[in-house]
Amino acid sequence: MSLVPLYGLLAEFDNPTDLLLAARKAHDEGYRKMDGYSPFPVEGLAEAIGFERDRMPLVVLVGGLLGCVGGYLMQWWISADSYPLNVGGRPYHSWPAFFVVTFEVTVLCAGLSALFGMLGLNGLPMPYHPLFHVPRFEFASRDRFFLCIEASDPRFDVLETRRFLEGLGGHGISEVPY
Amino acid sequence: MAPGHTFATITDKISSIVLTRPVSLGWLMGVGFVALWTFILLFAVSYLFYQGVGIWGVNVPVGWGFAITNFVWWVGIGHAGTLISAILLLLRQSWRNSINRFAEAMTLFAVACAGLFPILHLGRPWLAYWLFPYPNTMNVWPQFRSPLVWDVFAVSTYFTISLLFWFQGLIPDLATLRDRAVNRYARTIYGFMAMGWRGSARHWKRYHTAYLLLAGLATPLVLSVHTVVSFDFTIAIVPGWHSTIFPPYFVAGAIYSGFAMVLILAIPIRYFYGLEDFVTMRHLENSGMIMLATGLIVAYGYIMEPFMAWFGGNKYDMYQFWDRAHGPYWWVFLALISMNVVIPQVLWIGKLRRSPFWLFVISLDVLIGMWIERVVIVVVSLHRDFLTSSWGMYYPTKWDWFTFLGTIGFFFLCMLLFLRVLPMISIFELRELLPEAEVKVEP
Repeated sequence: MSLVPLYGLLAEFDNPTDLLLAARKAHDEGYRKMDGYSPFPVEGLAEAIGFERDRMPLVVLVGGLLGCVGGYLMQWWISADSYPLNVGGRPYHSWPAFFVVTFEVTVLCAGLSALFGMLGLNGLPMPYHPLFHVPRFEFASRDRFFLCIEASDPRFDVLETRRFLEGLGGHGISEVPY
Repeated sequence: MAPGHTFATITDKISSIVLTRPVSLGWLMGVGFVALWTFILLFAVSYLFYQGVGIWGVNVPVGWGFAITNFVWWVGIGHAGTLISAILLLLRQSWRNSINRFAEAMTLFAVACAGLFPILHLGRPWLAYWLFPYPNTMNVWPQFRSPLVWDVFAVSTYFTISLLFWFQGLIPDLATLRDRAVNRYARTIYGFMAMGWRGSARHWKRYHTAYLLLAGLATPLVLSVHTVVSFDFTIAIVPGWHSTIFPPYFVAGAIYSGFAMVLILAIPIRYFYGLEDFVTMRHLENSGMIMLATGLIVAYGYIMEPFMAWFGGNKYDMYQFWDRAHGPYWWVFLALISMNVVIPQVLWIGKLRRSPFWLFVISLDVLIGMWIERVVIVVVSLHRDFLTSSWGMYYPTKWDWFTFLGTIGFFFLCMLLFLRVLPMISIFELRELLPEAEVKVEP
């Protein structure tokens, strides 16, 4: 038993199915603070660990709406208010001509909020994370699947949880120090 | 994908190209050659900055010349990359997973080359930032009724969104490279770019949503970009430009030339890097079929243009089409029809469609043909319009050629460097294609 505070217990699985089943059982057992790690998105895994609220669509919608309204208002303000320019006698507020730029700015803002929203909600960039202390964890980006039950979970108990993870078929269970 | 692969073999095979494969003499020679052309580009551009656009063959009436031809051509090439990465993703065409990464890189580099031309063509290229609406002491703003301003927004948005999409796709693969790298510097650099990605289920969930949303945004965007480019022409009243068929016909032409460039890149890459397992004959054949289909749409455009001119009864439009075939540039038009419409029809033959060599040859033909199409649209339409007194001829100078060929060198330089420093095939998306990736329980 080390004296360093513990981040959690990490169990390794061979394939996505085992990981998904283990995550479900852990959730049924009452564990909430946990996460699965896989080299590609495993369908249903996020739901299995109790992650329901994916706010990405909302972020992108808000970004897109801001871009849309902002893009149109910018053109209206510039062409009709700040710098009215008579071009071939067309109205200053020539709304059909403003469609294109409005659309482009909408897509631009929605796209930027998709990437930066994803990074922000995921807490990235994150230069340090305790999981990287575990040597085997580098295979999470190759061909191994991991489940980590975190020490901050109220039901967490080093011995209990280790036994529980072993019972799920996880091997190479290791303690993750902070 | 060829059978017999596992998560580990896919990962190791693709990451080893970047991490452990020694730099080969062929690659170095290739880089040397295209770097030479990049220097020629820099030289031509420097001379342009010093002397002005007069070094090009542009003059009244042909004010647009090669610069706009090349711009349209390069933007068009980019379109196939977005089509593969975004539209085929939404359509669940999973075969696209092994070609999307380098096709997206192709888009980025092609759009970078494209963006160069309108800027160089400005006359005072160093003032290009005036095109953007920013508060300035002159108190002037861009004129938003002009398609040329729309173009600034369309192309810069397209470049940005392509970059975001490409970078997002790279994040998990950068994490893979970080974990595989033995070299300390490589590990640090990839680790920096991967931003601490650890493949968490929550992260993947948001990642996946963001990826699909970006694809959904990129799909109308890619169709809009060449549409807006075609507005540069159609909003003008020049005979041969002022036509409603331009937007769809430009987009089809863009995808046509884009897939030709995908094949030009994919065929040597899979051969030299031994990636036949991932970029299979099926990918090449599908690309060939898309080329054939979009080529037919382009051919339909060629038929409809003179038909509409005749049907509309406008004598200037009709003269424009007579001039294309019989005027001083008749040989350009002949080359266009044979290279874009006649020769690609051999793709109907299955044997040729499944031969990398012939696909390469036909793609080369299509790329040149599509470039000629833009010459016909820009140069031939402009050289004779309404008044005979304002007719003229356009002759490209050596600086026109240096700038054009220089961007090709620059494009391939970027591609060659990309192949060596980033995974050219999306590793995590290939893992998803394996049967082992399937979860065998009820959701």
